Amino acid sequence: MNKMLKLGRRNFLKASAAASGGLMLGFHIPAGNAAVTKDSEVNAWVVVSSDDSVLIRVAHSEMGQGAMTGLAQLVAEELDCDWNRVKTEFVDPRLNITRNKVYGGMATVGSRAIRSSHEYVRKAGASARIMLVQAAADRWKVSAAECQAKAGVITHAASNRSLTYGAVAEAAAKLTPPKDVTLKDPATWTIAGQPKMRLDMQEKVMGKAAYAIDIHLDGMLHAAIAQSPVFGGTLKSYDEAALANLKGVRKVVALPNAVAVVADSYWEAQKAVRTLPVVWDTGTNGKVSSATIAKFLDEGLAMKDVPVARNDGDVDKALAGAAKTITAEYRVPYLSHAAMEPMNCTVRFNADGTLDVWAPTQNAEAILGAAARSSGLDPLKINVHLTYSGGGFGRRGGAAPGDYVDQAVTIAKAAGAPVRLVWSREEDIQHDFYRPISSAKMTAALGADGMPVAWNTRISGHSILSTANPSAIKNNMDVGFLVLFADNVYDVANIKVDYAMRNTHVPVGYWRSVNHSQNAYFRECFLDELAHAAGQDPYEYRRKLLQKAPKQLAVLEACAKAADWGKPLPAGHFRGIAQIDGYGSYAAAVAEISMNADGSPQVHRVVQAIDPGYAVNPDSIKAQMEGSVAWTLSAALYGEITLKDGRVEQGNFDRYRMLLMNHMPKVETVVVPSGGFWGGIGEPGGPAVVPALVNAMLAATSKPTRSLPIIKRGATA
Amino acid sequence: MINLNVNGTDHAVDADPDMPLLWVLRDKLGMMGTKFGCGIAQCGACTVQINGVAVRSCVTPASAVTDAKITTIEGLSELGDSPVQKAWVAHQVPQCGYCQSGMIMAVDALLKVKPKPTDDEINAAITNICRCGTYARVRDAIHDIAQA
Repeated sequence: MNKMLKLGRRNFLKASAAASGGLMLGFHIPAGNAAVTKDSEVNAWVVVSSDDSVLIRVAHSEMGQGAMTGLAQLVAEELDCDWNRVKTEFVDPRLNITRNKVYGGMATVGSRAIRSSHEYVRKAGASARIMLVQAAADRWKVSAAECQAKAGVITHAASNRSLTYGAVAEAAAKLTPPKDVTLKDPATWTIAGQPKMRLDMQEKVMGKAAYAIDIHLDGMLHAAIAQSPVFGGTLKSYDEAALANLKGVRKVVALPNAVAVVADSYWEAQKAVRTLPVVWDTGTNGKVSSATIAKFLDEGLAMKDVPVARNDGDVDKALAGAAKTITAEYRVPYLSHAAMEPMNCTVRFNADGTLDVWAPTQNAEAILGAAARSSGLDPLKINVHLTYSGGGFGRRGGAAPGDYVDQAVTIAKAAGAPVRLVWSREEDIQHDFYRPISSAKMTAALGADGMPVAWNTRISGHSILSTANPSAIKNNMDVGFLVLFADNVYDVANIKVDYAMRNTHVPVGYWRSVNHSQNAYFRECFLDELAHAAGQDPYEYRRKLLQKAPKQLAVLEACAKAADWGKPLPAGHFRGIAQIDGYGSYAAAVAEISMNADGSPQVHRVVQAIDPGYAVNPDSIKAQMEGSVAWTLSAALYGEITLKDGRVEQGNFDRYRMLLMNHMPKVETVVVPSGGFWGGIGEPGGPAVVPALVNAMLAATSKPTRSLPIIKRGATA
Repeated sequence: MINLNVNGTDHAVDADPDMPLLWVLRDKLGMMGTKFGCGIAQCGACTVQINGVAVRSCVTPASAVTDAKITTIEGLSELGDSPVQKAWVAHQVPQCGYCQSGMIMAVDALLKVKPKPTDDEINAAITNICRCGTYARVRDAIHDIAQA
């Protein structure tokens, strides 16, 4: 691992909350320079202080993926400021309304924080630099072309004069921004492209990083909630008298599909909500179980006349005429996000008609929208305070419509006091927007050389778009569900891909790597079955099929090389390999395993390669790839949300099991940025890891593993 | 009243004797570094030290630790420069960071009794859940401290 032993700098994250006054935060903000300084906003992204520190605004959420630091690196690179004097601040989403979307989209989903905004944030940095240099040139009465900027200092070499950014910021802020700016060649980067230490690190090791759940307000009450255990159910009745003897209880608040208790402390609220007798109207969904859903999906695998996403050549003819065909069905379950910071939201209605909201989010604008909708207030009167998010993984962006914000607004209004609503872990796991359940039936024909000549794929599963963005659904087709198949890069002459949309009552949503995480398992494991049937090395088999896909081939080869593919292994050890493209990047993985006596795999080593085009922070990329291994192994080994009587059976980490230290393999990551494009980082790492592991199991046992999780419920391995 | 000694300071807290230490710290004393993750001693986000031993505060009644020295992440060091914290920064361990207060308190407690832990000893002692998956860096950082 790349070690950075020098403690770089204190983090100066300026919680936007701190400036709003009247607020007690549960954390300490380091005291700044005591001298009076003047801040000048050079543009929407860059504020330069007279003390030469630079504040860079960050419009995306920081939930652990390192976007805050990476985005600041891109701005600072073009700004040519002193990286050691950079602070960051999250953008108030109202500014994006009043300033005509200057910050672009704030949603932090789909591994897009950098790949969707790199151009305009770099231009903001470059534009600010040009204005600062111009201001210095104006003061010296020389041409800006004769001046140079470096590390926050502008120099006019001919007259041996220099000025700092802080000295000219006020003048620069009054200049007209340049119309066109030229961005640097990434090959010349000195701040971006470097493994800079994350700006949030120091406060995160001190317990001082601000999460929404840590906000403390004067007079604040605490709310706990019980939501209808059956999705779609409603609140019928509850017996408030049962709480008469409980201390600290202030109010019971009924919501359409939930009931909340407001108390002096969260523990008292939680105790009361668990004590409260509640009757739910569960409707017709109360009879749904994992077995009925499995049957429903299996029917989808056999349905006639479903929409076709891809139809190359003539699959039916090629299959009919083939000497050898192989068919397999693969299945994956629903999965919960279970971010470490449970869903929570703090709300304060103010006497002046304004509203303050704190919530962990991947989309500040959606939080603003949810708060406006549920409060009835003008969005410009709502201050959404952005904090770090204790994980997100898709639960707090995309498909989730701000359910927890709506609840907190309603509860605070009813309580007549500031309220912090916190979901218990059980509410969090049982009221998620789950990674959808999905199944695949694949049939392939092999030619005389053992290579596939036809590949037919039917996917049956619960469409996310059908609820997240119904207008994007045409003819019952959710193309997002068919990634890695509709765009399968393997060179096979006859390919057919179709989709049976099978929507259940279970809410579904985006989940780190979503459909890539499912389809990579289906595709790459089935491909290994083909290689196995053909008696060929799965790495060489893929290489033959990737001759027309140079980027995929290059990353596969880089990974195989780093993983010592083909070299001898200790007795009882086996390797598996897989490759994917997604989120704009290319990734491959090799897993090295042995089999435990109970039939479960022990993963010893995972080697990954990624080509993200440009690598903005190579150490952050490695961290995301390492984290993806843990994320995806939790899912592959144990992850399974099951239903009984319409409700989720798992409630906490005792039954929704997570990978721990003892099963974390050694991880090595090779970053091979080939340049020329901007790929994502948070999600490309996971999808190849599961099939690499399962393919190693095939190598070890000669038996395919066609459903996940590998360790079924009740097993203790 | 429950009398608690937290990070060397005595506090008299008006709370139900059954209230877990986690909620006394967070809701009564306003010390927010210790986190709520599961409430059933599974995830370790709430880990503090009781007389130097790592304990999951979400299931520890405050009234059970009135005679003990309680140390939270806020009390580990004034400047965030304890050996574990320095190693955490050097290895860039945290991602979202939410579990890391508990992770750091657990590791600090382990190193008190086993200054040079083996991988097996780390596996046995550090059972905190990290959804971001920082485990590989946690292990590297622990070994780094042990070699210092």
